[in-house]
Parts: sequence; structure tokens; C-alpha cells
Amino acid sequence: MSEATLAVLPRSIALVGNPNCGKTALFNQLTGSRQKVANYAGVTVERKEGRLVLPSGRKLRVLDLPGAYSLNATSPDEAVTRDVCLGQHPEETQPDLLLCVADATNLRLHLRFVLELKRLGRPMVLALNMVDAAKRRGIRIDREKLEQALGFPVVETVAVRRRGAADLISALDEHALTMPAVPPASAEQDLHAETRRLIASAVSMPQPTSPMDEAIDRWVLHPVWGLAILAATMLLVFQAVYAWAGPFQDAIETSLGWAGTQLAAHMPDGLLRSLLVEGVIAGTGGVLVFLPQILILFFFILVLEESGYLPRAAFLLDRFMVSTGLSGRAFIPLLSSFACAVPGIMATRSIPDPRDRLLTILVAPLMTCSARLPVYALLIGAFIPDQRVFGLFNLQGLTLFALYAAGIVSAMLVALVARRFGRRAGEQALLLEIPAWRIPNPRDVALGLRERGAIFLRRVGTIILALSVLLWFLSSFPTPPADWTRPAIEYSFAGHIGRAMEVLFAPIGFNWQICVALIPGLAAREVAVSGLAAVYAVSAGEAGVEHALATALGSQWSLATALSLLAWYVFAPQCLATLAVIRRETGSLKATLGATALLTGMAYAVALIVYRLTGLLT
Amino acid sequence: MTLLSELAPGSQAFVTDVQARTASDPVAVRLRDLGFVPGEPVKLVAYGPFGADPMLVQVGFTRFALRRSEAERVRVSSEEPSHV
Repeated sequence: MSEATLAVLPRSIALVGNPNCGKTALFNQLTGSRQKVANYAGVTVERKEGRLVLPSGRKLRVLDLPGAYSLNATSPDEAVTRDVCLGQHPEETQPDLLLCVADATNLRLHLRFVLELKRLGRPMVLALNMVDAAKRRGIRIDREKLEQALGFPVVETVAVRRRGAADLISALDEHALTMPAVPPASAEQDLHAETRRLIASAVSMPQPTSPMDEAIDRWVLHPVWGLAILAATMLLVFQAVYAWAGPFQDAIETSLGWAGTQLAAHMPDGLLRSLLVEGVIAGTGGVLVFLPQILILFFFILVLEESGYLPRAAFLLDRFMVSTGLSGRAFIPLLSSFACAVPGIMATRSIPDPRDRLLTILVAPLMTCSARLPVYALLIGAFIPDQRVFGLFNLQGLTLFALYAAGIVSAMLVALVARRFGRRAGEQALLLEIPAWRIPNPRDVALGLRERGAIFLRRVGTIILALSVLLWFLSSFPTPPADWTRPAIEYSFAGHIGRAMEVLFAPIGFNWQICVALIPGLAAREVAVSGLAAVYAVSAGEAGVEHALATALGSQWSLATALSLLAWYVFAPQCLATLAVIRRETGSLKATLGATALLTGMAYAVALIVYRLTGLLT
Repeated sequence: MTLLSELAPGSQAFVTDVQARTASDPVAVRLRDLGFVPGEPVKLVAYGPFGADPMLVQVGFTRFALRRSEAERVRVSSEEPSHV
């Protein structure tokens, strides 16, 4: 085999490998917290770059490419990987070295891709990942033989173990770039034949799958027990999100309340104090309170994802989801959307079929995100009596359940209608790998959690802060005239805007105060609560706390108005961040406007029905 | 000659070929990339809970969930081919 060794050492490397090869864990191991997460323009596939400082002091740029089965791309993710490897990506220079990652327990599949990449004739290193799991299963891999046959360095790694990438790091530090000879192009069949030959000569494997995995899957994928386990898991997750977050939320509320009181006590009464206490602290604080819930939900999603449970859930639910016009793969994004539609819509990238993906994006905002909770909690607390029904259920809890169910059922209806009337654009594929079970690695979960927490906090620190200040401004200026008699807010900009909107919203029972609160609610749904607090607290002249607000609403709104607002909240796409992410993910203004119009229309129609029906019955 | 979708649960067979439904059937291309190539051992492991769809299929060392329509593209034979 003829090889050309270049004198230069690599400066940029790209991690490339099949999905589920432990590539991201290895990326985390190599780069630690020195990561930058962004998006590729247009297609918005996630781009992860980090830095690795080698023992020699040399710095490497490390790119984590999306997982791919083949250079024959079938999804936007795989297309990015293909283009970067081929050096054809418009935003990315061709990496100096391809660091192929292969799961040592799944070489029959992963080595084929390695051989396909080898045909590119680029410098390569192969990391045999999860060698510990392979050893436990009695799989023996002759590393040297593999290295000889492949013609580039092969190192063993255990990405989830401390110093598990030591061999890889020293290989990166020592080896100059080697250009492997490009084998003559051959048919797909030959790649498989070559893979088999390699495995026959260098790998001995007692069993094709782990007996432990098979035992677990007999339960988890069982038609009856599997569904029961899935239901129990979902129940646990939601129980945790709402119960465990409580103490943390109380702590955040208490400390923000303390900060507000301190400011009020130590600052002279005036505009600046009003801005800080009623604008900044009340506005952003009302949103910050959701951080514990979002982190707990993402913790579970990450753990389920890392352990390999999510694809199994997709397997169990695929047929059911198909019957509603969606795909089993939509389960993961839709589950995420219960925390927030933004990461949910971003997670639709794992759906290769464009039509399935678009439909999932369209219905994702109908899943009850945690930002709706404060609105639901406020209105349920104020209008639904805290009483038992049928001796077992709590009426308030039932109402909350009904609101969640309304979102899910309407999502199914939208998907059904879209499938009935939409064009059938070819067949959609499932072809979903069910990976081996894995114990989630705390570091990978922590890094994923930090990333998502940072996204949320950035939103609080920017959009929500700005809108809180804007709302404060709108509801504080212009100041009422000297001889004012009505509540001060009625003279402000907010009062005028609210009155103008009231014409449109009066048929569904919204008063001008609700209309005012809907405006900042566009930034984030939960801000509507602080919006209402501001509107009512300002007009009532007292510091708005949730109980005072609930009392105020209870005395001023009819039940019909409250239920109508709840119905509006189930459907209305009033979250600019969601609309922005739909625009970005679909790359189509038409799709974004269509989704907005559809969801707003549904919200208005259902709120109208609810308002009229409740009006008739009460 | 049987189709992968007709295999009984737990039974083992060998891939004969993958039939493309159109000239450039992406599903058939992907199935071949994933290892559904002549001579490869396949096993039907389990069915999904609703309508026995999708099917859990083991090929090589890996398990995939395939919808019926996908599994119908793969022709299998119970006899191990002599030349692989």
C-alpha cells in the first residue's frame, strides 16, 4: 500500500461516525467545556466545535459532525456530514484529519462507513469506542491487524471513562498526517464484503447482541408490558417536573421577592425604582421561576436519550403515531415540546422525511409547554373550585389534565386532516436503529443540561428582559393628567393599545387588560402573567403577587372569560421564539405564516365556542 | 423465497436481495447501506404492539425497527448461501 506522509501535524479534526457510536461523548471527553454550539445557516443542523489542547501544547480545532450511516445522505444532518467530509461545505474548511468513531460492539455496521470514508483518501484515525463494553461481552478485536488492514492508526477509547481517550490524544499528538492510498471505487456490495473480511480476520464475537440487552428488551418492547413501562415512565417524568421543581421554584421566588423588597426599601421612590422592581424583577422573575422545571424535564429527556430508551419508545408508538398522520420518530420532538416547543422543533431534525418533519413542527406548539403552566395555574387557582369529584380526583387537577389532553387531541386532529387532504409525497421511512442499552454518563448529561439551561437564561436575559422593560414603559407612560380619576394605566400607551385590540377580542370575552397582557405574552407566554400582574397591580395600586392577582381576577372576570382565555392558550401560537424557530427550521416564510394563521384561527374559534357555551350554561 | 416481513418471530434467515420499488428508491438504498445485503443473516426479533408493525429486525450486530412496507422490500431465504 503506497502512502504519502506529510510533515505537517493536523490543526483541525472532525469527528465522524454512525449515530449511537458514542461520538458526542468522545467529543465531550476531548473538549470538556470548551465547546461552541451554533447552527449551520439555512439547514440549521447543529454545529458543535470545541478546542483540544494536546500535551505538547498544540491546539486542535475539533468539529463534532452529525451522525451518519452513509455518505449517501438521506437527511439534512447527513448531508452536512457528507459535504464537510468531501470538503464541499460552503461554511466549513475541509478538516485536516477525519477522526472516525466506531462502536466496538457494533463493528459490522460501523466499519462499513469507515471503509466508505477511507475511499475519500483523506488522513484518518479510527477510534474503537466502548472497548470496555466489548470486552465485557467477550468480543476480541485485534487492533494491530485492523490497523494494518486499514492503513491508518486505530486506537481504543472509552469515551465515558476518565482518561478513556488517552491513547487517542497521544496518537493525535504524535502522528503526522498520513494520506492513505485511495482504493479504486467499487460497488456498495464490495464495501460490505470488505467489512466482512475485516471482521472475519480481526474480530471474534461470541454473540451478535448482548444477552442482557435481549432480556431487558423482552420486557421493554413487550406489546403489553412495554406500553405499561412507557406510561409509567411518562408519569414519573411529569410527576418529577411538577413536584420536584416546587422547592427550587419557591426558593427563586423568595429570593426575587427579597431583592424587590430590599430595592424598594433602600431606593428613593421614583422612576428608576419602579423600573427595577416592577419592570425588571417582576418581569424576568416570573420567567426565571421555570428554570427548575425546564432543567428537570431536560434531565429526563437526556437520560432517556442517552440510555437508548427514546428509540424504543418510538418503536412502540410508531404505528399509533402513523395512524394519526405522524411518525414514531415524532415522539421525541413532541415529548420535548412539553418543556418548550423551541427545543422540540429543533429535535425534529432527526426526522428524515420532510413531510413528516413539517407536520411535526406544525403540531409541536400544541403540546402544552411549561411556559403555559403559570397562566393555567393562575386561572385554575382563581376560577376552578378546589374540590373533589367522584371522591378521587381533584377538579383543579382534572382541569389541568383536560388542557393537556386538548392540546394532544387537537394535534392528532390537525395531523389527521393534513394527511387526509395533503398530497402524499412518496413513502415515509422509519428505518430506526434500536441501539444497545447504555448507562447514561453524568458528564454528558451535565453538559447537555448546561447547554439547554444557557439557552433559556440567554432568553430571559435578552428578549424577556427587553420586553419586560418595554411593557413597564407602555404601562407607565404617559403619566395620567393632574386631575386623574380612573386607574393610572388607563391613560397609558398600554391602555390605548388594549382598548384598540378589545374590539377584535370582545367576541371571545377578553377585556382590554387581557389584550394588554397578550402583547408581552408574545415574547414568552408566561410573561402574560407578569403582564396581567402589571396591568392589575398598577391599576389597583398595590404590589402584584400571584394571590392578590388571582383574587383580583376572580372578582373582575366572568368564568366564561377565564375559560375562554384558557382555551386561547391551548392553541394560540403566541410565542415569537417558537415562530422564529419554525421559520429557521422550515426555511419557509409561507410555512411559518401558514402555521401562525392556522393556530391563531383554531385559538379564536375554540375560545369563541368555549365563551359562548359557558355563557349559556352559567 | 420469502419476504422479511413474512418471517416468523425468532426465526433466522439470510438476505437474498433488496428490491427497489422505483428506479432510485431511497429506502432500498438505505436498507443496503445498513447491511441488508445478500448473504447477511437476519432475524425477526419482535413486533410493535399495534398491528404487529413495526418489526424489530436484527441484521449483523445491529437491530432496526422497520415498518412492514420497508421489510417487504427485503427478500430472504432460509438457506445460507454457499458463496459469500
